[in-house]
Amino acid sequence: MNPIKTFKKGGVHPEENKLSADKPIQDFPMPKQIIVPLGQCLGAPAECIVNKGDRVLTGQLIGTAKGFVSANVHSPATGTVAKVDVVMDHTGYYKPAVFIDREEQDEWAEGILVTDELLTDIKLDSKQIIDKVKECGIVGMGGATFPTHVKLMVPEGKKAEYIIINAAECEPYLTCDYRLLLEKTQEFLMGVKILMKAVNTDKGIIGIEQNKMKAIELLDKTINEHKDLYAGIEVQPLKTKYPQGGEKQIIKAITGREVPSGKLPIETGCVVVNVASTYAVYEAVQKNKPLIERIVTVTGKSVKNPGNFRVRFGTPADLLIEAAGGLPEDITDVINGGPMMGKSVSVTNFPCIKGTSGILLMTLKEAQDRRQTNCIRCGRCAKACPMGLQPFLLHKVAKQNDFDETEKNHIMDCIECGSCEFTCPANIPLLDYIRYGKAKTGAIIKARNQK
Amino acid sequence: MNKYTISGSPHVHSTENTRKIMYRVLLALLPALLVAIYYFGWYALRLTIVTVAACMLTEWLIQKFLIKGPLTINDGSAALTGVLLAFNVPANLPIWMAIVGSVVAIGIGKMAFGGLGKNPFNPALVGRVFMLVSFPTAMTTWPQAAPIFKAGFFTDAVTGPTPLGLLKESGASSLDHAQFIDMVLGNRGGAFGEVCAIALLLGAIYLICRKVIDIWTPLSILLTVFIFTGIFYLINPEAYIAPWYHLVYGGLILGAFFMATDMVTSPMTVRGKLLFGFGIGAITVIIRLWGAYPEGVSFAILIMNAFTPLINKAFKPKVFGVVKPSKK
Amino acid sequence: MSNTLLISLAVLGILGGILAVVLYFVAQRFKVEENPLIDEAEACLPGANCGGCGFAGCRALAEACVKQAAEKGNIDGLACPGTDMGKVAAVLGLTAGTFEPKIAVVRCNGSCQNSPAKVHYEGADICAFATTLYAGEGGCSKGCLGLGDCVKKCNFDALHIDEETGLPVVDPDKCVGCGVCARTCPRGIIEIRPRGKKDRRVYVCCSNTDKGALVIKNCAVGCIGCQKCLKECPFEAIEMRGNLAYIDPAKCKACGKCAKVCPRGTIHAVNFPAPKPEPKALEGAEPAVKIEHQAQPVEVKTEVKPENTVTA
Repeated sequence: MNPIKTFKKGGVHPEENKLSADKPIQDFPMPKQIIVPLGQCLGAPAECIVNKGDRVLTGQLIGTAKGFVSANVHSPATGTVAKVDVVMDHTGYYKPAVFIDREEQDEWAEGILVTDELLTDIKLDSKQIIDKVKECGIVGMGGATFPTHVKLMVPEGKKAEYIIINAAECEPYLTCDYRLLLEKTQEFLMGVKILMKAVNTDKGIIGIEQNKMKAIELLDKTINEHKDLYAGIEVQPLKTKYPQGGEKQIIKAITGREVPSGKLPIETGCVVVNVASTYAVYEAVQKNKPLIERIVTVTGKSVKNPGNFRVRFGTPADLLIEAAGGLPEDITDVINGGPMMGKSVSVTNFPCIKGTSGILLMTLKEAQDRRQTNCIRCGRCAKACPMGLQPFLLHKVAKQNDFDETEKNHIMDCIECGSCEFTCPANIPLLDYIRYGKAKTGAIIKARNQK
Repeated sequence: MNKYTISGSPHVHSTENTRKIMYRVLLALLPALLVAIYYFGWYALRLTIVTVAACMLTEWLIQKFLIKGPLTINDGSAALTGVLLAFNVPANLPIWMAIVGSVVAIGIGKMAFGGLGKNPFNPALVGRVFMLVSFPTAMTTWPQAAPIFKAGFFTDAVTGPTPLGLLKESGASSLDHAQFIDMVLGNRGGAFGEVCAIALLLGAIYLICRKVIDIWTPLSILLTVFIFTGIFYLINPEAYIAPWYHLVYGGLILGAFFMATDMVTSPMTVRGKLLFGFGIGAITVIIRLWGAYPEGVSFAILIMNAFTPLINKAFKPKVFGVVKPSKK
Repeated sequence: MSNTLLISLAVLGILGGILAVVLYFVAQRFKVEENPLIDEAEACLPGANCGGCGFAGCRALAEACVKQAAEKGNIDGLACPGTDMGKVAAVLGLTAGTFEPKIAVVRCNGSCQNSPAKVHYEGADICAFATTLYAGEGGCSKGCLGLGDCVKKCNFDALHIDEETGLPVVDPDKCVGCGVCARTCPRGIIEIRPRGKKDRRVYVCCSNTDKGALVIKNCAVGCIGCQKCLKECPFEAIEMRGNLAYIDPAKCKACGKCAKVCPRGTIHAVNFPAPKPEPKALEGAEPAVKIEHQAQPVEVKTEVKPENTVTA
């Protein structure tokens, strides 16, 4: 095993609470009707190409990407399009979606290989792989949902030295990536190999926090057993520290390089891809299977049966909660994602999409007494900030709408990890203000650049 | 069914809060208080109770009737100011003076600026310095330590000079260095909180372990004082006392670990803290060696408090991915 | 003793004298010649520096007026939304176009009763941030979030959040219609409209362009796009924007007919006299919220106190 590495600056250590770590992935049965939102990634929503009454097959394209940062959407089931309408997403906003009345049996669209056999022969070349990734609508499945093919397209004049697989899973509670690593080890490693081929590098590093020892050992063992097949792939254990899985932090921890302020990770010669996305790449390239399902962790301290479910997109989240033992009485907070970066949910019947890594049910006790008091200038936020910012200052100037000052103090470098707010003894919603300031400052910078 | 809470991430928070921090500091001051009661008896306890009560009452009255804002009286910060204020004055100070000092500390030192977190100066020191310049005689008449089992709990203390006072008046030769151990244990004259270096250090170690305070400010202060006084000791050991005496005499330990580290009034970055500590150390030595007062820690901390915003501005943390931290 | 006193007095006196002379010359040397008309024009303006005119402040507008008057002989296109520009024109020896006083109207009535909270918000008091997190406590994605970005921005203290309804209320006496609030609102709920003749105006108190079925789910008084008002209006002043009726103030003659037919009580007509025979309606002098909840669309609002007008 390689020596444990970490990033130096800042970071916090929230309670890990990986309650569902030992729960094997269960296939989740689809309901009668599934509702597939067309906007499942960062950037523009896809454009619908099916009409009411059309019969669609599992894996068939139903929405095409619109614009550079956008991803295709495929039908997760076989059935008839009931309507193309709007559906409430987790925030309570209405978003366009395709409603599909499902048939009992999956009928796969043409060209998709339905097999559990491990396919080790990569037939496509670099460009074809990227095209396939794009075609299959693969996005970053850690939560940010940035289209993966955009990441893989290394710009002219740059060279990708490393493929870094972000298996840190530093968010407390979530275990979907960990389960995938344990249960689909070989497929995952093939995915890494495909990614390495896509960007023409022979180095692939899998960064895992050391609290997932079982996965580290299993990966090490598998790589050693198939030395020829997985040549160039390394497992790098990382210290259990939040936000170890931040893109910039994991690059710093593994390679020691710092992504320059305002630049993309490729500047350091690294391409960082999430575990679930890597697995999806394997399925797409080797089996021509588009991204239509993912692993979702349903968890929480008072949840009866926390678990990991393989869910087709469009399945309403409340069915998953039901499967995990129902909604406990004392829930005050339902979160889409993990507790550090997930989003509060207004309604529980929102459909699961590509970025739904977990559904976390938090109890009153965890939500804590959040009465705000004055800032006592203790500087804990600045100490916790992995980006070296001064959250107390950014909070103050954002509150005063002084966006010159926010820009000068590098508000745009904030990765919104929430370490500052986590550590604040005065319970100030620091990140709320910083996000507000960041959005405003970003808009001002954009307007200035357009001039 | 509960209404779901909508809030921005993160949805979990550390269990730290302001109140816990304050109570930890209070706990850390407990050993020193016990030692003070041992040496100064009833007077030390009485004074502490009076200042704590006066500070808390002042804060409550101001919040209730003047500001009409939320009451934060149980966050422990007023109590902490009271304890620190008591620790910095002679044990036999008249009660009414202590009350005046408490009212000034909280009313002018803290609430006038908007309460906790907004005060530029350490409130306890504001109170202390106010008393020092208003009641110079009472504030410099130091009782001598006398263990209670010898002197009795309620006995009037014998007053006498502090080591630094002796030093100022009669020069280096007047000090009996054989009593160094007594000095460290607290068996000497002085403000009753500052006398026992061991008890204070015990509390300080607790605070550092619980990550309430950083080692940097106190380290920088103590090193600066040690080096500066060391240089003069080497130049002329006849006129100046050895640096290690400077460390334990007077209020240096109390000031360095418990007052200079006050989060509100000290810089945030490590480099800032080092500079802040250096300033305090240097000013303390200057006042001790050449100033009109025998002791200068309070003044030094107050002066450097005024520089804190400037230091915070000058020493910002290095931003990730920015090559040169200072952009011109 | 007296000697010391005299010397100090003399020294200070002489020093003062010398410095005064120096100051006088410096002031003369660096004097900036300014058109005194700018001061006079500025005096006509409200002096709140709200930026509603598009300039950095009242003085900047005054400067622009003086400059344009000298160059073109008019002050067309320069207007403070809260002031009769005729006064400024008079100072500059010109005549300005007619001045139409304006006021901000809050186009949402999703109060705690009309749109009951389904979730509970905890976080920074910034609408612009909260809107990125969720649709709103009541569930309406176009409705007021009630955190008061507009209140904080108002330079005239004319906006306040009503604690009972959770919605901003415009004080018609203080509002000058500068439009800062309208530009601030992240959901574009506040609109600047002409005050209307006799201060009577009619507007749709809803901003939701969603389909009626979705509106009904979340709000008792939202516009459902039934178009009854459109058909009723004799002046063709009402148009549909998505599923939301909009009354064009340029065409509206403030007859108030649309308000009577609106089945949801969404159209508000303010400062109209009370319908005579109904004694009940006279109670309209009380908080207007009461009327809102009558199922019957008797929505011609009666206002005695001008303070209540806008949310009415």
